[in-house]
Amino acid sequence: MKRHLLSAADLDRDDALLVLDTATELATVSSRAVRKLPTLRGRTVVNLFFEDSTRTRISFEAAAKRLSADVINFTAKGSSLSKGESLKDTALTLEAMGADAVVVRHGASGAPYRLANAGWISGSVVNAGDGTHEHPTQALLDAYTMRRHLSEGRGDLADRRVTIVGDVLHSRVARSNVLLLATLGAEVTLVAPPTLLPVGVEDWPCEISYELDPALAKADAVMMLRVQAERMNAAFFPSAREYSRRYGLDAHRMALLPDHAIVMHPGPMNRGMEIAADVADSVRSVIVEQVSNGVNVRMAVLYLLLGGAQLPTGEEVAA
Amino acid sequence: MPASQHAFAATGNDEQSTPGDRTVLDAGEIGRALTRLSHEILERNKGAGDVVLLGIPTRGVYLARRLAERIATIEDEAVPVGSLDVTMYRDDLRTRPARALLPTEIPDTGVEGRTVVLVDDVLYSGRTIRAALDALSELGRPRAVQLAVLVDRGHRELPIRADFVGKNLPTATSERVLVLLAEHDGRDGVVISDRGGDA
Repeated sequence: MKRHLLSAADLDRDDALLVLDTATELATVSSRAVRKLPTLRGRTVVNLFFEDSTRTRISFEAAAKRLSADVINFTAKGSSLSKGESLKDTALTLEAMGADAVVVRHGASGAPYRLANAGWISGSVVNAGDGTHEHPTQALLDAYTMRRHLSEGRGDLADRRVTIVGDVLHSRVARSNVLLLATLGAEVTLVAPPTLLPVGVEDWPCEISYELDPALAKADAVMMLRVQAERMNAAFFPSAREYSRRYGLDAHRMALLPDHAIVMHPGPMNRGMEIAADVADSVRSVIVEQVSNGVNVRMAVLYLLLGGAQLPTGEEVAA
Repeated sequence: MPASQHAFAATGNDEQSTPGDRTVLDAGEIGRALTRLSHEILERNKGAGDVVLLGIPTRGVYLARRLAERIATIEDEAVPVGSLDVTMYRDDLRTRPARALLPTEIPDTGVEGRTVVLVDDVLYSGRTIRAALDALSELGRPRAVQLAVLVDRGHRELPIRADFVGKNLPTATSERVLVLLAEHDGRDGVVISDRGGDA
């Protein structure tokens, strides 16, 4: 593993499998009477959230606490950030407080990269979502969930077919998933209206389709993306109803999936928009499990970044 | 690379032994030592009643399974056997990059109120066992904890001793003790190598 986790592309196949295997072992901790390991005692993890988040922040907090790390939560609202403090000054403050890891979510793509490489802080940086760029721990927990259901919890995802549907343009989850799933050997198909695909998507290691139905019959997993209305400053589709008709997953479409296929969603869901309520609550849906798997995967990431010796900048850990 | 998890015991090494190494136990001797250990465990605990065998990965797990097989033959009663990974409880985690975790499998009986026999291949500094005791205490409260090792090579750094020892092996700290087991290494044997330890 590298010293920071900024992009799903930072992980080669061995690194990704190391994270997934570690998460598999750590999952047993979550089912024990004492859900705590002493491993990161005395280390400080700062959750630096410039954007709103429920799942990811709580998940990182739970993961750090289960490893006995001290957790400092730092959100934009109610801090000096709302007075206009710069990222640099915030980082210097965190460094002065002795943060061993900074988990950062930021509205600007590339902010975690800046934080990791500007020399402001000496700890590890974990990208918890930056703008429309990447969300690598979400991709890891998705891969972990797929592996549990499709590969008996072991090995990679070779030849598994994953269909990712919806607002790829604004989705950091889609980019990270495409990169990680390709590393793990899965065949990914992105399905979206042309207006919701980013420039350069043809160079991503995946197939592209504008039609949902043909992509469902062969899918082992289908991942519905949230339509990110808050990031939409133009009309990307005629109406919510039309979007839902063409790209929403309802019970009728779910019936096209093979029997073993699972339905995923990174949350938060717009029920009735990209996913129908009865689909989200069906037995095929692993959406709630994704959340609990998120804690295990983030424990694995924090352990692998912080549990061993502190590495000099730029050096990598032999797995 | 599972073997190199055993940094404390300095047994960790996937290298094959070279002609300069001394074999101190061969396959037959390991087998007889394990048979004696099985009898000693049964004698001390007056049968297999509430005994749970927990092997410390990697090779301790194979040894625990072999002990369980022998006990089952002797007593006509299966004893629960599992594995206990101690990586997250080690005191030297900060000295090297984060290690991969190894499987922990606790038998369905649990450890609460049972006599847990920890099984490892080599007892050296005692730090692995210290970590194992910590790991165990978070799984429940055993009635008693005992320790069975195939080789005790001395040089303890903590007040820990084994209850059941296959062979006491006086060594120099510069030597390395390699335990080879058929399940993992293709053959059985205990080898002392005088090439510098990796600990």
